[in-house]
Order: sequence, then structure tokens, then C-alpha cells
Amino acid sequence: MGRFSVSRWFAVLIKEFVQMRRDRLTFGMMIGIPVIQLALFGFAINSDPKALPTAVRAADSSVYARSLVSALGNSGYFRIVREAASEAEVERLLQAGEVQFALTIPAGFARDILRGQRPAILVEADATDPAATSNALAALQVVARTAFDRDLTGPALALRAHPDPVELRVHRRYNPEGISQYNVVPGLMGVILTMTMVMMTALAVTRERERGTMEALLAMPVRPGEVMLGKIVPYIFVGYVQVVLILLAAHHVFGVPMVGSLLLLSLMLILFMAANLAVGFTFSTIAKNQLQAMQMSFFFFLPSILLSGFMFPFRGMPDWAQAIGEVLPLTHFLRIVRGIMLKGSGWTEIEREVWALAAFLIAATVVALKRYRQTLD
Amino acid sequence: MTQQVATPAIDVHGLEKRFNGKTVVQDLTLQVPHGRIYGFLGPNGSGKTTTIRMLCGLLTPDAGTGTCLGLDIVKEAARIKRQVGYMTQRFSLYEDLSIRENLEFVGRVYGMDDLKRRVGHALERLDLVSRQHQLAGQLSGGWKQRLALASCLLHEPRLLLLDEPTAGVDPMARREFWDEIHRLAAEGLTVLVSTHYMDEAERCHAIAYIAYGRLMAKGTVDEVIGRSGLVTWTVIGSGLDRIARALAEDSRVVTVAAFGTTLHVSGTDRDALAAALAPLRADPSLRLEPGEATLEDVFILLMRQSRAELRAA
Ligand SMILES: Nc1ncnc2c1ncn2[C@@H]1O[C@H](COP(=O)(O)OP(=O)(O)OP(=O)(O)O)[C@@H](O)[C@H]1O
Ligand SMILES: [Mg+2]
Repeated sequence: MGRFSVSRWFAVLIKEFVQMRRDRLTFGMMIGIPVIQLALFGFAINSDPKALPTAVRAADSSVYARSLVSALGNSGYFRIVREAASEAEVERLLQAGEVQFALTIPAGFARDILRGQRPAILVEADATDPAATSNALAALQVVARTAFDRDLTGPALALRAHPDPVELRVHRRYNPEGISQYNVVPGLMGVILTMTMVMMTALAVTRERERGTMEALLAMPVRPGEVMLGKIVPYIFVGYVQVVLILLAAHHVFGVPMVGSLLLLSLMLILFMAANLAVGFTFSTIAKNQLQAMQMSFFFFLPSILLSGFMFPFRGMPDWAQAIGEVLPLTHFLRIVRGIMLKGSGWTEIEREVWALAAFLIAATVVALKRYRQTLD
Repeated sequence: MTQQVATPAIDVHGLEKRFNGKTVVQDLTLQVPHGRIYGFLGPNGSGKTTTIRMLCGLLTPDAGTGTCLGLDIVKEAARIKRQVGYMTQRFSLYEDLSIRENLEFVGRVYGMDDLKRRVGHALERLDLVSRQHQLAGQLSGGWKQRLALASCLLHEPRLLLLDEPTAGVDPMARREFWDEIHRLAAEGLTVLVSTHYMDEAERCHAIAYIAYGRLMAKGTVDEVIGRSGLVTWTVIGSGLDRIARALAEDSRVVTVAAFGTTLHVSGTDRDALAAALAPLRADPSLRLEPGEATLEDVFILLMRQSRAELRAA
């Protein structure tokens, strides 16, 4: 018995290979996950986001203003999507996250340039995610210096010599010091909830099947909705405990502000958790054993963390990756939680994200209930 | 109510179930009157569990119709579940809940009032009051079975479907279990119980024998034995092992079973069996006596017949 026996070792080895081959899903995941990781890290992620949506409020329609706007577009970092009419509109666009930047060109812009008075351009950046704006803001300096080169000819040529014909006033909104914790810590709440909620429910139902308790449960007069809610609600409690921990740490350890309404955030948390729990429940109706349930959860977690805008700026990703990201609940929750905590967003600013989350929740619930079998067939 | 009294507790016709194209239950017709204990026998993999699952709505039959307690087994499965106690073959209570917690869970699912008293009562009957806080997973195999039975009786079902409820249970507990079943049947409960034990089959009011998915025989034990037409002889003496081996090869003999100093030989044809045994009569060390066919002999015969039919088909 004492010596290592090659034939005994071989017996175990063969058994493991046979079992591995039998579990197709696990095998598929072992191949699929690296492929997806390669695709996501290789193609989707870009830490130098370009073409960021920008609003312009121009109180001056001179050739100089137009040159500035077109130079912005040519830099590649800015994509002018809106002409804002008022300060209030600029505020709303930033708050709702529709634009990343807003430029305000003052009245008498052309006149002041020609007089060499260095008119001030107000640049407001949504700096909740400092990584998303830093390169663009650096590029802006160059744009401001060179935008008017073609216009400043003849007698005005002398003005070019001045280092900057205009003054840039950059306001990093919501996160003036560009502290990355402001962005990461609220986001982490969503990430942790996604992980626990999906995995816990996926395991909770699969466990019943694996241990054979499902047969007795199905033989009892309990409805699918009752099973589903009964299994989901305890994890919502767990989720709230996690949230309280993270919020306390955010406030006391990392000094993340809480500008908006805690009540609104709590309500949104329910919605977000429910959406993830429904995903977990759906997985549990597909997975044959707990290992598969774990892997499916991971399969969902990976794009959630990479494509939602948690790790890398959402707007830096190619369109296909953004499209996938838009489907994921974490993407919308991140916008909501950052909006509420950092920007003080209210219902109107987050409404769109809320509907997206609700739609996801409904779809996932329908799939889960449809897939939940009341028989053993 | 009146309708339920008129129709049998279980009344199914032509039930069929296929898994991946393989028919595991075929054209099964079964009636079980109210207040009866009905034994369900058959070799491993013959379709007993599958049939029971169809009866309580856990599997949808591919063909056939039927009612349980007057309710359609496909359309009214939800209502059947409320009045049926199903004990699964594999232990299916929560191993990480205590005995009491398991019973309370079941009680709550059935929406029972007076939960505390009923659970307490069940624990007393099981004689598990002192161990009620022990985890169900820590119970021994036999005790698990007894707990499972208690939990499917908790909601006072009108029909009990028991899938090998006494597998691994000691003789004493098995005796108590059957006494309990008879007491419940006397109160009007109907019981369908699958088993591999012949003595248990004999304690049933009637039995059904299924092999390879097909019902081969049904009726009381005496009827089933009588209808089989088996003739049996007992051979008493020494050197029986050698004789048994020779007889087993003989096509005129259906079963040969050695019991210590006796040999139990049966066949379907009286004269042919007599001819097969003729050489033994000449041996002075052996004595031949007419015997009685047992249920086991009948089942072995039925199993052979169904296998032969299956091959012929
Ligand atoms: N879910 C399933 N998928 C595929 N085949 C199945 C399934 N369940 C049962 N079977 C097959 O159906 C046949 C009947 O099985 P069943 O469990 O009903 O037998 P049984 O009479 O209860 O046997 P035992 O006495 O061993 O418990 C078997 O051949 C089994 O392999
Ligand atoms: Mg079985």
C-alpha cells in the first residue's frame, strides 16, 4: 500500500478524464472563458476613450467659435452631440450623463480674441470617472492653442505668438480632485452584489436538485413563484448587509460623498438585486449541478465587470461592446449609484436607467419562470 | 365527494412513458380502490418509480389518461399534490435541517394549522422527541426512512404513494411500519407501496407485478400464484447442490431454489416437471413432497416470460 502505484494513479486519472468529458457544459466553459477573456481584454477594453459626447453652448456664432468646435471634433476626443441653449440645459445633460463634457463659449468671444483679451471658455467635465476624462482634457489644451491658427491671419497674426489665445476654465464636476475611489467604491457595491446575488441563487436551487430534495419539493403543493420568491428574498437581506458595510466604508474610510437621496438608492438597490437574483434563478434552472451553476455565474460576472464601465470607461469601448454592456444590469446600476452618490441625481436623471433595469428584471423573471419545471420530465 | 367515492382512488388507463425514445412504462392500467393497500412489485428498472411519479404529477405521461382521487393526473396535478403523500425512493428531506425543522417546513407548505401540536404529535409517534433538534442528515438510514414516512403523513393525505419505504429498515421497525399502514388503511387511507420484499407483498390487499415497463399480473397474492399455474415439489435429502445445478439446466423446470436441506423446484407443466424429477425418485437418500409455489417463484416465472416476449417482439 505504501508505495506510489502507477496503475492506481492511472485509475484515478482515467476516471477524472471520463468525468470531465461527461460534463459538457463545464468543458465548454473551460474553453469558452479564456476565449471571452481574450476578446474582452484584447478588443473591448480601451483605457484611452475617444469620441466622448460633448455639448456646446455658444453665445457667439463667429468664425472663431466655429473653428473651436470643429477643432474639438478633429481632435478625436470629442464628439459634439448637442447644442445647448441654456445653462440649465447644460446642467441637465451632465447630470443625466448624456454628455461627458460641456463647453460654454461666452458672448463677445471673437471680439475678445481679437483684442487679445483671452476670453474664458468654460469646460465642464463629468469627472465621476477620472480615467474617462483625463486624456481628453489634456488634448483640450492643444486644441485651444491651435484652433485659431488658420483664422488669425493678417493683422491678427501677432496674437498667435501669445501662448494661448483663450483661457480654459476646467471644472471637474462631481469629483473635483479626480479621486478614483469616488468612482470605484460605489461601483464596487454593484460588483459585489452581482457576484453574490447571481451565485447564491444559482446554487440555492441547483443544490436542491443535486441533493435530491427537489423531488419532494415538487411533490408538494408549492408554486414556482412561491419557490422563487422564497429563495430570493433571504439573499436580498444578505445584499443589504453588504450594502451597509460598503456604504459605511465608503463614507468613513474612503470619504466618498453621498450627495443624493439614500432612500432612492435603497429602492434602486432592491431593483438591481432582484434583477441579478432572477439571473441566478434562471441559471439554476439550466445547470445540472453546483459546479455548472458556479461557472455560469462566473460567465455572467466576467462581462459584467469588464463591460459595464466599472473597470474601464464605458465610452472607451467599441460599439459592439457597448451594446453588450447596455444589456447588463450592472451598467445601469453603476450609472444610477454614481449619479445618486456623486451627482445628487434624482428620479428624472436616472429614470432611463431605471426602466432599463426594470426591463431586464422582467425579461429575466419571465425566462426563469418559464424554465422552472414543475415536473421532473 | 360522491364522485370520489364511486371511482377508485387510483384509476389509470394505458399509461406510457418514454425517456429518450426508450419506453420504460407501457400501456399500464391500474385500479386501486379506496382504503386498500396495494403492493407494487417488479425487478430493478422495471418502471415502478416512473409510474408512481406519473401518478402524483411529477412526470407527464406520453400517453394514457387517469385520475387520482378523482382528479385528472395531468390537468389537476396541483390539486392532487395537496391530498397525496409521496415518499421518494431516495431520501429527500433536508439533511441540513433538524428533524423538527423538516417536519415544520412540510407542515407550513401544506398550510396546516396547529403546526406545533401536529409536529409534536408526529415526533412522539416516531419516538424522536429527544432527538428532534438533531440534523436529519445525521440519522441512520433506517431512521431517515421513518422520518420521511412521518413527514409525508403529516398533512393527513388521502392517498399514500410509497416508493420502497422499508429499504434498509430493521425487521422490528418494518413490522411497526406495516402495522401503522394497516391502521391508516382501516381509517380509509389508500396506499400504493413499491417493495422488493415478498413478505411485504403478502401483507398487501392486492399486488401488481411490473416487468420491463409492462404490467404482468395483478390481484391478491393467492390469485397471482393460482393464475401462474406453477406446480412445485420439495426435494429433501443430501447432495442437493449437485441436483440443483442439474435441474437448473433442465428446460422443463422454471425455478430451483435451495433452502438448506430442502430444494424447491417448480415448473409450469405438471407432467413435464414429474418427468424431470423422475430420476430423483429412484435415489433412496432423497424424499419428494408436493410443495406450494411462492410469490418469488411466480415472479421469476413472470420475469422470464416478459423477457422472452420482449425478445420475440
Ligand atoms: N430521468 C430519466 N431519464 C432516463 N431514463 C430514466 C429516467 N428515470 C428512469 N429512467 C429509466 O426508466 C427505467 C425505469 O426506471 P424506474 O426508476 O422507474 O425503475 P424502478 O422500477 O423504480 O427500479 P428500482 O426497483 O431499481 O427502483 C429504467 O430503465 C431507468 O433507467
Ligand atoms: Mg424505483
